Amino acid sequence: MAHSDTQKQSADGQADTADAHDEGQQHPIKTYLVVWGWLFVLSAASYWVDYAGLEGYLRWTLILIFMFLKAGLIIAFFMHMAWERLAFSYAIIFPPAALLVFVWIMSLESDYTFLSRTIFFVSGG
Amino acid sequence: MTDMPHTDSATDRPTGLGGIPADWSSDQTAFKNVSWGKAMMWIFLLSDTFVFGSFLIGYMTVRMSTVVPWPNPSEVFALHIGGTEFPLLLIAIMTFVLISSSGTMAMAVNFAYRRNRKATAMLMLATAALGAAFVGMQVFEWSKLISEGARPWANPWGASQFGSAFFMITGFHGTHVTIGVIFLVIVVRKVLRGDYDNETPGFFTSRKGRYECVEIMGLYWHFVDLVWVFIFAFFYLW
Repeated sequence: MAHSDTQKQSADGQADTADAHDEGQQHPIKTYLVVWGWLFVLSAASYWVDYAGLEGYLRWTLILIFMFLKAGLIIAFFMHMAWERLAFSYAIIFPPAALLVFVWIMSLESDYTFLSRTIFFVSGG
Repeated sequence: MTDMPHTDSATDRPTGLGGIPADWSSDQTAFKNVSWGKAMMWIFLLSDTFVFGSFLIGYMTVRMSTVVPWPNPSEVFALHIGGTEFPLLLIAIMTFVLISSSGTMAMAVNFAYRRNRKATAMLMLATAALGAAFVGMQVFEWSKLISEGARPWANPWGASQFGSAFFMITGFHGTHVTIGVIFLVIVVRKVLRGDYDNETPGFFTSRKGRYECVEIMGLYWHFVDLVWVFIFAFFYLW
């Protein structure tokens, strides 16, 4: 997504970047309204997942899809990340990936804790 | 923002303490069109991402490792209205309120760069009002759960870690919203007073007032909404 944005930016020419330099981030109001509308739709959809009582992998997949779409829309348009230069965007967006490693380590750890608790409660240690 | 001559010779540079910032800032700027105010807000938000990330990972760890069933949030946070039970109703309303406030904030930033003082202030006040409404609903939710017996160390529905994760995560998020509302009101006052048109220096940084302050404020507000997206997905819906 980030790559297509840079292409778009260079296609638009220098006018956009010059504007951004002088007067900060200025974009058509329509962009914000469309994003806002989508955020409502996606929130309603994620609430529907619970309302409809979906279970298992379907539920978790849908929750994650709606969550990432919402987060992406907020970061890209409301927080203007789509219009920033990549040197900046990547400096902010990549570090949180370290959290995924943390998630992986802690899920191994909690599986181990769960296993030892189960063994303890069944056999008394 | 002093223009230091680019030179490798250390003799014509300031010595002592003053030399430290002078030398560190003598390298080239990496972020070409991002002011330091905006970059610093983003870096603060990045650090806050790790704080909330750690909370959510802690929650994941206790939920995955407990042998007692986890309470069903869909039932715990249900509201009874006129005999029917709506799952997660209050949480859904809170989500919509926060998303609406993000929308009004984005519009406020837009009007700020158009130098429309009144529209900016009104939209930011709407954002603050929605934020305050969110905190109010959270207070209601906390009181309801506490009256039903939820505690950080125990609750009537299942695994006792539920309470600690709930109060810690939503409490920290609610604090962020509250600080955001205060931050918004301060910036609204400056907008209305014309500080950003007249370039009045700020009381803390003494930097010239500029409409970018509204955008930086907006970054914080959108981040609070962003965190809620993750809390809603992982804590309430999972």
